[in-house]
Amino acid sequence: MSRNGPLALIFHTVFVIVMVAPILVVCLVAFTPEGYLSLPTNGFSLRWFRTIANYPEFIHAFWVSLGLGALSSLVALLFAVPAALAIARYRFRGRDVLAALFLSPLMIPHVVLGIAFLRFFTSAGLGGSFAALIVAHVIIVFPFALRLTLAAATGMDRTVEMAAVSLGAGGWTLFRRVTLPLILPGVISGWALAFIQSFDDLTMTVFLAAPGTETLPVRMFLYIQDNIDPLVTSVSACVIAITMAALILLDRFYGLDRVLAGKGDTGR
Amino acid sequence: MSMAAEERSLRAPWVLTAPALMLFVGVLLIPLAMTVMLSFHDWGQYKGIEPVFILKNWHEIATDPYYAEMFWRTFRIAILTTLLTALLGAPEAYILNRMSGRWKSFFLLVILGPLLISVVARTLGWALLFGGNNGLVNKLLMSLGLIGSPIPFMFTETGVVIALAHVMMPFMVLSVWAALQRLDPQIENAAMSLGAGPATIIRRIIMPQIMPGVLSGAIIVFSLSASAFATPAIIGGRRLKVAATLAYDEFLNTLNWPLGAAVATLLLVALVLIVVGSNALIERRYAEVFR
Amino acid sequence: MAYLELDRVAKQFGTQTVVDDFSLSVGKGEFISFLGPSGCGKTTTLQMIAGFLDPTRGAIRLEGKDLTAIHPAKRGLGIVFQSYALFPHMTAAENVAFGLEMRGVPRNERAERVRAALAMVGLAGYEDRHPRRMSGGQQQRVALARALVIKPSVLLLDEPLSNLDAKLREEMQIELRQIQRTVGTTTILVTHDQNEAMSLSDRIVVMSQGKIEQIGTPQQTYEKPASAFVSQFLGKTNDFAGTIDRTVAPTQLVAGSWRAPAPAGLGGPVTVSVRPERIGFGDTGLGAKIITRIFQGNHWLFQCDSECGPAIVIRQNDGKAQPAEGDAVRLTWRAEDMSVRARADA
Repeated sequence: MSRNGPLALIFHTVFVIVMVAPILVVCLVAFTPEGYLSLPTNGFSLRWFRTIANYPEFIHAFWVSLGLGALSSLVALLFAVPAALAIARYRFRGRDVLAALFLSPLMIPHVVLGIAFLRFFTSAGLGGSFAALIVAHVIIVFPFALRLTLAAATGMDRTVEMAAVSLGAGGWTLFRRVTLPLILPGVISGWALAFIQSFDDLTMTVFLAAPGTETLPVRMFLYIQDNIDPLVTSVSACVIAITMAALILLDRFYGLDRVLAGKGDTGR
Repeated sequence: MSMAAEERSLRAPWVLTAPALMLFVGVLLIPLAMTVMLSFHDWGQYKGIEPVFILKNWHEIATDPYYAEMFWRTFRIAILTTLLTALLGAPEAYILNRMSGRWKSFFLLVILGPLLISVVARTLGWALLFGGNNGLVNKLLMSLGLIGSPIPFMFTETGVVIALAHVMMPFMVLSVWAALQRLDPQIENAAMSLGAGPATIIRRIIMPQIMPGVLSGAIIVFSLSASAFATPAIIGGRRLKVAATLAYDEFLNTLNWPLGAAVATLLLVALVLIVVGSNALIERRYAEVFR
Repeated sequence: MAYLELDRVAKQFGTQTVVDDFSLSVGKGEFISFLGPSGCGKTTTLQMIAGFLDPTRGAIRLEGKDLTAIHPAKRGLGIVFQSYALFPHMTAAENVAFGLEMRGVPRNERAERVRAALAMVGLAGYEDRHPRRMSGGQQQRVALARALVIKPSVLLLDEPLSNLDAKLREEMQIELRQIQRTVGTTTILVTHDQNEAMSLSDRIVVMSQGKIEQIGTPQQTYEKPASAFVSQFLGKTNDFAGTIDRTVAPTQLVAGSWRAPAPAGLGGPVTVSVRPERIGFGDTGLGAKIITRIFQGNHWLFQCDSECGPAIVIRQNDGKAQPAEGDAVRLTWRAEDMSVRARADA
């Protein structure tokens, strides 16, 4: 039972079509049998998906993106989990300043971060290296990892920990057996959101990547800069398919609404 | 609390945050400071970067109308994008919120899902839809009789604003959606029982209450649009420069890093001022009503 | 004469019947409570009167006119919601004025009526407060003023006191009753709290699973519950299994070793319902042993193991000696203090 009038439903339909159209057109063009950009009106073909195999730089870039996303999200969590626990439980001087600092990468334009890291890592002699990419990505995904962990740590029932302490647990055992399992859903979704953020970043990475450390978005961007042909649509279609699969998995195991709510707060 | 426990709770937060703090100071604050410094360095075609302190780059940005025009274009695009997302996104969020359970979550997924799909892929989609004078969008508009001759979308601000609005739309819908969730579910019934019609309910009851959501969504969309790179670069092309694409060019094509750093610093400072300022304004405006 | 009339009203959601065969006549100025556990259909019924839901079957009439044909915005009913549903972006005065504004009441008259309404609920001086800056009790009063200021033909209260703490709730009950008496508005209250229903209403409609169990004054529903559900829902009660013995003359009602002349019109297995405060200790009657004795200030509470199963007895603390735990006692009560129903399970 919808309480929307016909006008509202027409608006909604047009809105949804416009939202979906660009994504749909990319996926459709990817299946064209022609040698140029066109909708597959004369049947579907996989030729442009097969063509990807002839461009090892795309495949290499994919692995770089995957490794970079997984690793930088993990490292970010190693720093973010203790910080989140401190911010969630203690009222100390400088707490608000620290929290603002840790969330600041959301507010700093990625182009500025790209320039800052380029300058920094070039001076340090690490320009274009994978290590530099990891560090840079740790910074940009940190707020996402922190925010979801923080939400879990704030929502956690502290008396459970007190109960564990009263039963003799302490220090590392307390963290590993009680605290971590309780905040784990937040930590895992923080990782997933951080991964997606890292996997998708172009603006900052385009400054830092060198041949060999180019990520998939960078490779695609540089390719589009030269020319747009069906090959880049088939690569995009693959990226879209992978993202969708990850989304479905995330939704099954955690609930997409919670993940999206975390991402939607960018900039505050 | 015992002395020992008190001391522990004084030290603990710093022990826990120290690694992250060192990380942020070491590889965020220092690089940012270096960038600000860089903007005061000299640069020449043959001599490269010279670590001196001069105002040459800032002077150039302040006096050369090219930069004024570029920044004005950047903010014009961001403002139009923000308006477009607010005008379309807020009603859509309201309509979504009135749908019944299953449809609501389905369409929410359809509209918010693109948030997680690569910006490059989404912008590529618009490039395909716009595609020159006989692109799909123009064909559709002409066959509907809405326009007589094709509108140029590629390499124009119109095209950039449309594609950017599409990329940013989920942020606006999400922000308004969150505000709608805070509404009392009976509030419309209450207004109705007092004699208010549908238009009055939207204007007098719903709009004032979701305004904070629209405004905070607008801040997000504005700041992301003003610093957007992929969409202006792909749709706008090489001639339609905005702050982010200009800085990119200075760094990776012209190699005039100090000038690029100045552009980036100015963008950062302007955005921080705008975001912090408007947040403070919103908070003051709504402090009384929404604590 | 019926002022508000519900005639065989039913509501179905899909295949699920939420309210069935609901008929009720409300007199002008009457205070009626819909009482029942959550999910019994009381709120659904209220929402049908308000017009937020359309009945699947049946008719709702106000002064003889069909109410279901009128849009909710035009029904002119005052509603206080469980969450109050105050407009958070408007001050208390603006909230109260909203309904008058919708009716085109001129500004001067509006201001005067708003002031009077807020004064009536004891909120003079709070005109410019926003709801978020008010306590729960104050918000509740604003909601009441907002509903009453439009001079509604019927005032509908949807669990209005359930968000208040116990002490405040009692105060508001008294105040609500006084205000209702003063303005004389026909009122329907939805509640799951039997004390609230009993202390406020002229008549109570006890509901369970979408059906009316009993309609009656608070005393009637308490003392002569029409069903096991009503007797259980309205306070503590003892249900003893008994039989009507027709082998002796006159026929006798027997429960364990308790016996009394049988009421007319019943035979076979019956349930005897007695409120705990109506049971006394005597020389004859139902054999029982006291398991626990709890002192509760103004009364004693005994939990007993009787011949007919567990029993609760409440005795006023009148300063006299009371039986101790473990004592064997005889439970007895007057015939007019019990209600006897045919036993369904036998």
